[in-house]
Amino acid sequence: MAHQKFAYAPAPESRAIVDLAPSYGLFIDGEFAEAADGRVFKSVSPSSEEVLAEVARAGEADVDRAVRAARKAFGTWSALPGAERGKYLFRIARILQERSRELAVLESLDNGKPIRETRDVDLPLVAAHFFYYAGWADKLAYAGYGPDPRPLGVAGQVIPWNFPLLMLAWKIAPALAAGNTVVLKPAETTPLSALFFADVCRQAGLPRGVVNILTGYGDAGAALVAHEGVDKVAFTGSTEVGKAIARTVAGTGKKVTLELGGKAANIVFDDAPIDQAVEGIVNGIFFNQGHVCCAGSRLLVQESVQDEVLDALKRRMETLRVGDPLDKNTDIGAINSAEQLARITALAEAGEAEGAERWAPACELPESGYWFAPTLFTGVTQAHRIAREEIFGPVLSVLTFRTPAEAVEKANNTPYGLSAGIWTEKGSRILSMASKLRAGVVWANTFNKFDPTSPFGGYKESGYGREGGRHGLEAYLAAADVPAGGRGHGEGEGDR
Amino acid sequence: MKAPGTTTRLSVQKTYKLYVGGKFPRSESGRVYEVTDSRGAKGSGGGQDGGAWLANAPLASRKDARDAVVAARKAVAGWSGATAYNRGQVLYRVAEMLEGRREQFAREVADAEGLSKAKSAAVVDAAVDRWVWYAGWTDKIAQVVGGANPVAGPYFNLSTPEPTGVVAVLAPQDSSFLGLVSVLAPVIATGNTAVVVAAERAPLPALSLGEVLATSDVPGGVVNLLSGRTAEIATPLAAHQDVNGIDLTGAGPELAAELEAAAADNLKRVRRPALGEDWTADPGTSRLTAWLETKTVWHPIGV
Amino acid sequence: MSSEVVPPSTLLPDVSSSPRALRSYLHGLPGVDAVGLEARAAALGTRSIKTTAKAYAIDLAISMIDLTTLEGADTAGKVRALCAKGVRPDPADRSVPPVAAICVYGDMVAVAKEAVAAAGGTDVHVAAVATAFPSGRAARSVKLADTAEAVAAGADEIDMVIDRGAFLSGRYLDVFEEIQAVKAACTREDGSRAHLKVIFENGELSTYDNIRRCSWLAMLAGADFIKTSTGKVGVNATPANTLVMLEAVRDFRRATGVQIGVKPAGGIRTAKDAVKYLVMVNETLGDDWLSPEWFRFGASSLLNDLLMQRQKLSTGRYSGPDYVTVD
Repeated sequence: MAHQKFAYAPAPESRAIVDLAPSYGLFIDGEFAEAADGRVFKSVSPSSEEVLAEVARAGEADVDRAVRAARKAFGTWSALPGAERGKYLFRIARILQERSRELAVLESLDNGKPIRETRDVDLPLVAAHFFYYAGWADKLAYAGYGPDPRPLGVAGQVIPWNFPLLMLAWKIAPALAAGNTVVLKPAETTPLSALFFADVCRQAGLPRGVVNILTGYGDAGAALVAHEGVDKVAFTGSTEVGKAIARTVAGTGKKVTLELGGKAANIVFDDAPIDQAVEGIVNGIFFNQGHVCCAGSRLLVQESVQDEVLDALKRRMETLRVGDPLDKNTDIGAINSAEQLARITALAEAGEAEGAERWAPACELPESGYWFAPTLFTGVTQAHRIAREEIFGPVLSVLTFRTPAEAVEKANNTPYGLSAGIWTEKGSRILSMASKLRAGVVWANTFNKFDPTSPFGGYKESGYGREGGRHGLEAYLAAADVPAGGRGHGEGEGDR
Repeated sequence: MKAPGTTTRLSVQKTYKLYVGGKFPRSESGRVYEVTDSRGAKGSGGGQDGGAWLANAPLASRKDARDAVVAARKAVAGWSGATAYNRGQVLYRVAEMLEGRREQFAREVADAEGLSKAKSAAVVDAAVDRWVWYAGWTDKIAQVVGGANPVAGPYFNLSTPEPTGVVAVLAPQDSSFLGLVSVLAPVIATGNTAVVVAAERAPLPALSLGEVLATSDVPGGVVNLLSGRTAEIATPLAAHQDVNGIDLTGAGPELAAELEAAAADNLKRVRRPALGEDWTADPGTSRLTAWLETKTVWHPIGV
Repeated sequence: MSSEVVPPSTLLPDVSSSPRALRSYLHGLPGVDAVGLEARAAALGTRSIKTTAKAYAIDLAISMIDLTTLEGADTAGKVRALCAKGVRPDPADRSVPPVAAICVYGDMVAVAKEAVAAAGGTDVHVAAVATAFPSGRAARSVKLADTAEAVAAGADEIDMVIDRGAFLSGRYLDVFEEIQAVKAACTREDGSRAHLKVIFENGELSTYDNIRRCSWLAMLAGADFIKTSTGKVGVNATPANTLVMLEAVRDFRRATGVQIGVKPAGGIRTAKDAVKYLVMVNETLGDDWLSPEWFRFGASSLLNDLLMQRQKLSTGRYSGPDYVTVD
């Protein structure tokens, strides 16, 4: 962009605010400890490939120790008056606000996402989530799950790398508010913010064992899910792993909620507010490098406005700034890992091989780190892999439709059902489309909006259960009218 | 009825059939199995166990299950798209029809479960009342479990429950009619369609229920009733990619675990069995909410 | 400035053929979602413009200012002081560019022309508000006379106000024809023409949909510039309502090949605000609009804040009001 008249000078956020130790242990029973077998792994900044820190790699013995610590803490924690539990959560929310700049920089370093997003989206939502559920802790009897809803026990929680701290908040806040204790495993490529959260718990004076953090790989997650001391499993990640978890817990008494993949249709009608629709399309697929389970990865545009929308979209994509995640003007940061980059690259190549037309704006990508330019495929049909498989990267597949019925049919023609977008100025069409789309979240004339009060979760193979709002409590409470053994995992709604 | 000078009238026996897609087919396999009463062999039924022969019930196959799923899927759009008020009226109509057949069901339940006449009559009355209870829920559950979410921004945000889709229901083995009604009615009250596997040894009240449903304005395919070996029918249903949920109430622990694992292939919503469920207790709403998905819709608020 | 605007009849010939045709054209433009628009404007406002980029933006903003005085209390003395300031914003620093224009009431045009010339501001234009500014409530003959007199007095640019009453009551063609008539009144004896800026008064148009329609109406009628507001009502230029107008000129050029300028006015007081607008121009329209020929700020106090920020950048110290002139 140097050839432009008004070229923005680098505006890097200082990383001095983050004090990274060379190595970190597992956070078990209120203390950091090495893994039982001493194994470690490195967390790498995806924008520079620099090693940020060495982190303990949890194994089965560590899982067992953490679950036992959580079990031990459960008795006192669940017996605390709700108001007291709530006060701990309020403290955590406030400390997160105080340390939000530090955590935003850390998250951008470890994840590769732009500071603009960690600063303006992730961290405010993280604090808000704790603040919201803090208030529920002493009001559970009014949540609609019976007069005396009980916590489940120890929650084993496995979270992904795309929103490390936000997913932690989605998991831990309702669990603690409801009186459960947790063992949480962050993703292996983004372990650091969860470890900093452990320090937030220390500052808040949270009793030991209530929150335990196990950094590690999929084997640790699998061991956690399978551990017999775990009463509740919550997972956000791929549909493939979600299915494996559902198999693991079959026949046990563990309650499960799963928030999995998606292939959302973002549907643009010819009477849409075009400029805002283009913003919504861009936000829908390029927000967080497209590493978003609810990303609007399939653009369904009405044929009569296809050219207009695509021209506007390409023009807009040319203004996207790809680069240093810590630069305050960066719109698209680094791809989270080499593996993910390889997956995106392979699927994009499949798109070309299958005959779709590939387009990307001219943009210089940094030499080191993992990068993928924002990319658009036109001429895509429902039969293309790039229209069916979750790419989880900044790659948009454009399909067309002629009538609302065709749009619904194509939008729903997927095993997923997490989210969908509708763009039209006609109110009755919005409501009609919204009721026909098989998706847990429908954004009409907006996209990728999140709020602690708003339930989030999928239909079909996008998982079950909801996070956020009153509905999100259900995942962590034993409903009064379902006998203990009868806790299924299909209860996407509330039990009263 | 005895007429003077004649022998005892030979009764006309009913051929029990499956109820699939609004029709009454035999099993495509041509198989039947012997259903006996449970007097003298309570809880273990079966001719070999000494019960008296009641009927030959269709021994449904995996292909019958497949056909039932097709019928149930076909019925989803119309039934889930019907107004909640309309569904409530249809369900209430079922109760009306049941009321008129109380004696028949009381007899079948008495045979099936070895209950006294008074007890079986009470069970049937409770089942009729349960239909009425669920009929009233159709247009209330959305208000109870849905609502506006006060998001921090200029957005209208509303969560509403929607039916999950096609639900396979393994009816309880211990309560051939009240239990059946208690698991089936909430599935369809919420706008889902059902493929029901009747109690293996006591399927006759369930098959008779099909006759009631067929004359109660319930569209064909909304409820499909299969009789046979629970494990044999449930296995393909649990693995079926076009089934969205499965109620394992009628499965024992081992079978339930197997079915739950199979159900993971397309992430079906699963309701696990509970030991010793009391079918006369207040059912609560958990059987309604088990088959509902929460949809949250956002829209900006601006001029 | 050249008058290269093609007659609108050749752009979209049928649009102004009848009240109905104009109405259906304007109502056929894509709607604006207010929340999405405001979110986009706010997001652009978070760009961090530092060092070299800031220096560039500050000088560009200074050069885009229509330095304005529109008070009942205006006198020749006040106008002369303003002209001197506009031509040489920082007496201590000759590298500061002059502003784009001095904007005054019509009766002050002659004074301003003379003062600008006296200060050596060959490139600094004089703009006059006209057509019964700010309300626009006068007979058309008065508005045209107002315009013609300002042009005759030497105005380089005319800032007219539209008849908001006519617009809001749906009489779009009346507004359209009035703009055409005023444009005709901008023609000088030698056949050249004063540049015409059309002021909408966005605060009174009230909705973004109206602002988009008004933008197209004015552009089709022959406006050289579209301008947000008079500065005399509660809501003046905002990032969001200016963004709608930027999108309109962008789309208009795509549809017709004709480039139109944009002038937000009123309420832009700080360098930080000005830079946000320039970021919007940069990312909505790009290089082609990043010059005083195509983008202006209608402002008075903005200039001093830009000067103080400029001093800060060059010296590394924060400046103060005693180090910029009060005119």
